[in-house]
Amino acid sequence: MQRLTVPVLLAILFFVLVGMSYYDLLDLYIQSVIMFVGINIILGSSLNIVNGYMGEFACGHAAFMAIGAYISSVINVMLFTQDRIFGAPLLPPEMSLYFFPFVLLIGGFGAAIAGLLVAIPSFKTRGDYLAIITIAANFIVTSTIINMDTIGGSRGFMGMKQITFAMEDVIFLPWMLIWVILSTYFTVWVIYRYVSSTYGKGIIAIHQDEVAAEIMSVNTNKMKLVAFMISSGLAGLAGGLFAHILGYINPGSFGILKSTEALVIVYLGGMGSLSGSILAAILFTLLLEGLRFVLPWMSSGLHWFDGVFYWADLIPEGYQVSQVWKWVIIPLILVLLMQFRPEGILGNKELSDLFPRLRRWYSFK
Amino acid sequence: MIATFIQNLFNALQWGSFYSLIALGYTLVYGVLTLINFAHGDIFMVGAYIAFFVATFFLGTALLAEGGWVVLALTIPLTMILTAFVGVTLERIAYRPLRRKGANRLYVVITALMCGLILENGNLALLGASRKSFPELVDKVVFSIGPVSLTNLKVAVVFSAIAVFFLLQFIVTKTQIGMAMRAISYDKFAVPLMGIPIDTIIVFTFILGSSMAGLAGLLFALSYPILDPFMGALIGWKAFIAAVVGGIGDIRGAFLGGFLLGFVEILVVAFFPSTFRDLIAFSILLIILSVKPTGLFGVAKTTKI
Repeated sequence: MQRLTVPVLLAILFFVLVGMSYYDLLDLYIQSVIMFVGINIILGSSLNIVNGYMGEFACGHAAFMAIGAYISSVINVMLFTQDRIFGAPLLPPEMSLYFFPFVLLIGGFGAAIAGLLVAIPSFKTRGDYLAIITIAANFIVTSTIINMDTIGGSRGFMGMKQITFAMEDVIFLPWMLIWVILSTYFTVWVIYRYVSSTYGKGIIAIHQDEVAAEIMSVNTNKMKLVAFMISSGLAGLAGGLFAHILGYINPGSFGILKSTEALVIVYLGGMGSLSGSILAAILFTLLLEGLRFVLPWMSSGLHWFDGVFYWADLIPEGYQVSQVWKWVIIPLILVLLMQFRPEGILGNKELSDLFPRLRRWYSFK
Repeated sequence: MIATFIQNLFNALQWGSFYSLIALGYTLVYGVLTLINFAHGDIFMVGAYIAFFVATFFLGTALLAEGGWVVLALTIPLTMILTAFVGVTLERIAYRPLRRKGANRLYVVITALMCGLILENGNLALLGASRKSFPELVDKVVFSIGPVSLTNLKVAVVFSAIAVFFLLQFIVTKTQIGMAMRAISYDKFAVPLMGIPIDTIIVFTFILGSSMAGLAGLLFALSYPILDPFMGALIGWKAFIAAVVGGIGDIRGAFLGGFLLGFVEILVVAFFPSTFRDLIAFSILLIILSVKPTGLFGVAKTTKI
């Protein structure tokens, strides 16, 4: 019975979300927020393998996302749609539904291969020097894409919306939502299984002390290779989903800012805490979207304030708090949070460590 | 052919000077605190804006009658002081409490990243998206040596970068406060026991680093007189990479690393399409770091088990 609680709850969540979207109880905006929560969970928890469990400081996660996004979109567009560059579809568009998960996985696989770009230097290089290699890798990947004119260069690449429509033509369901939720479950499951296995404990050993881990017969190079490849592969999966949700990607959206978002999720949740990453991803996305509505309220609040102190004439007529303030308020909140809780929301503990009674209700393998 | 090469060499010297000046700030803070101060590129941007406001303020007063040189002579120290103030404020508000709590180093780095975002977007929100154009303070003088031409500004930029390098090298290696800085990076726990005021030294480090960023901002604004809030982001990341390639924590390393990056970028642009600049420059840096993992001047640390 205990064994079933988590899968049953996750299944209920899945069916409730998909059902509500199917019957239009959730509008498109809320659906897209849910999908971005899922993508941020994948990004954050996959970066947590390297930054949290292994204790490195990789800050070029968006590069792998970009590779996954481009590979899966190019394959999908080439196979299933009529495109200016790639010509007529090679397979009937109805097949796209069955091929979609495989294409996503191919994108993830490509990103994992690209992860070697960072993984191989990491054998010799550690710490801040490795951080630089990851930043340089991010710049290299984005500027490579900019220089590839066949896939649009800096203008970007589009046509993925047709894939979504083709999937909906076969069976009318909110397919992207389904794929995002399933991929999120898959990612969390893979990472949980990996870091709690005896084999995966090796990366935690590397975090504690690399030399000692090596003496204790941990093959550190192999562990690093595996950790970087899983991390970047899952980021590629997130990238593929991201591309198909938006229907348009350009190299600019996979810059350092996107990497910073992933870093924020990891450190907000706590290094080496999977449930922390998930919580932080949900919180961060909701904060990002919530502020969109709070800022107009702030404008009207300011004008009310101006009305009270009408003699001072503090705020010009018709002033609106612009959406740019969002990116001032979010870092400010994070800086304050770091001051009061410098180890992130959960530290390096899991949710079940903080609330031991929860364990009575489930066992998760 | 030779003439274009020499011309590019001088351009590269100027471009590398900016990287060097910013990289010096990174490396000073890193050398003392082992903190990657990711807000440093944005402090550079703030420096450029401060220079803009100070210069336009002075141009509005009666000082203009005295000539552009007087305005420039007043703008330089004032910009450096005000930028140093911004840097110290960041240290005081954001980094010091975390340091006191003994937070993981990476959390301080994230705080620095967030501070950079606040500076960038706060600037964008307060001043709007319109770009500011920096007033021309001093008349441009062009020296021509055969087909190669130099402006007085270019020469000034290169010379100030070299002067700053020697000044910092002198402070760090010859003075008592420099000795204290090196001592903190050597052993953070024993230093307070020797009666060295650790917080004062750290504040002094931030003053040095940020004022150099302010100087770089001013010189950059004089050379490329268009300011926008995100000008510091990319140049800051690149200067950091330059500092690491030189061997972070070492002043000579940062100085040479900045020039190296400047040379690579300008020469790539001279011979390839300009979109290849980042690709080739970073690939070269990646190769350097793979061959020499601690940078050109860095010393490999021994780790105890």
